[in-house]
Amino acid sequence: MGLEHALGDSIITTKIDAAINWCRKNSVWPMPLGISCCGIEMMALVDPRFDVSRFGSEVMRFSPRQCDLLIVAGTTTYKMAKVVRKIYDQMPDPKWVIAMGVCTSTGGMYRTYSVVQGIDQFVPVDVYVAGCPPRPDNLLHAIMMIQEKIARGESRSTPMTVAEERKDRQLVQLTV
Amino acid sequence: MNTAVVDKLKAAFPAGILAAKEFRGETTIEVKKEEIVKVCAFLRDDPSCAFDYLSDLCGADAYTPEKRFEVIYNVQSLSRRERLRLKVFTEESDLHVPSVTSIWPGAEWPEREAFDMFGIIFDGNKDLRRMYMPEEFEYFPLRKDFPLMGIPDSIPLPRK
Repeated sequence: MGLEHALGDSIITTKIDAAINWCRKNSVWPMPLGISCCGIEMMALVDPRFDVSRFGSEVMRFSPRQCDLLIVAGTTTYKMAKVVRKIYDQMPDPKWVIAMGVCTSTGGMYRTYSVVQGIDQFVPVDVYVAGCPPRPDNLLHAIMMIQEKIARGESRSTPMTVAEERKDRQLVQLTV
Repeated sequence: MNTAVVDKLKAAFPAGILAAKEFRGETTIEVKKEEIVKVCAFLRDDPSCAFDYLSDLCGADAYTPEKRFEVIYNVQSLSRRERLRLKVFTEESDLHVPSVTSIWPGAEWPEREAFDMFGIIFDGNKDLRRMYMPEEFEYFPLRKDFPLMGIPDSIPLPRK
């Protein structure tokens, strides 16, 4: 980021990107948004049996400001959609999203007026996990897929442009 | 049939009790809408009734031209270990039903729920707001004429 401003797209910055992405993918900090039964399977992911710390993702942070992976685990109602979006907006870029379980991905068995038929209607989703609820192994696989995405340097969140970032920094300096 | 209670009610409210029937050992009494608060007060305060606990209150939509909506009160006497069901019917044109929060304060939230889902207005309930649905929602989802998937764009989603 700051380096690119100084050096442009040179061999140094591209290699640094690869190194940063390697670091990033091995310490993905999830934001656990367990809003129904999938949350229980997500908790099992951290226990010694499935042990997500093998992949560096055991640090579940309950503040979105410290996370880069949002795991939406559970039925998302229209009322909850605003909260999910707010949490997503509070996470710093770059960020990734897992839609865990069929309710989150498509509405699932809740084909009804109160449930959003897929959270991709208001949040960009990177990996969908099938199952009702999915087994922890399944979620583990999703995290591995996110790692592959990070290694390739892909993110569906739209990071700020250089101009936007400069403006944002100026605003921060003004407000601080 | 819980004849003792039914007879007592019929004697005390000759015009207020419209019907009483039994199904599988459960007594259901149909009460005139205007009399429901008085009937409930009687059921709670009379020592031989002593229905001191409102275990549930809910609405229902029969989707018929007459007597479309009903409010169902399941009351229980904890001291006498007895249950009773009361019913009040109301029309689509007149959705007002007297609130029983003055008799059982616990009726406040079930009445809110019935209001949220069916649009039945409980006169006397001090906090008749939406409960499950968003405040700005305009429809009543448990009515039979409400489509299963809802009204498109009636609840706004956040921008993408």
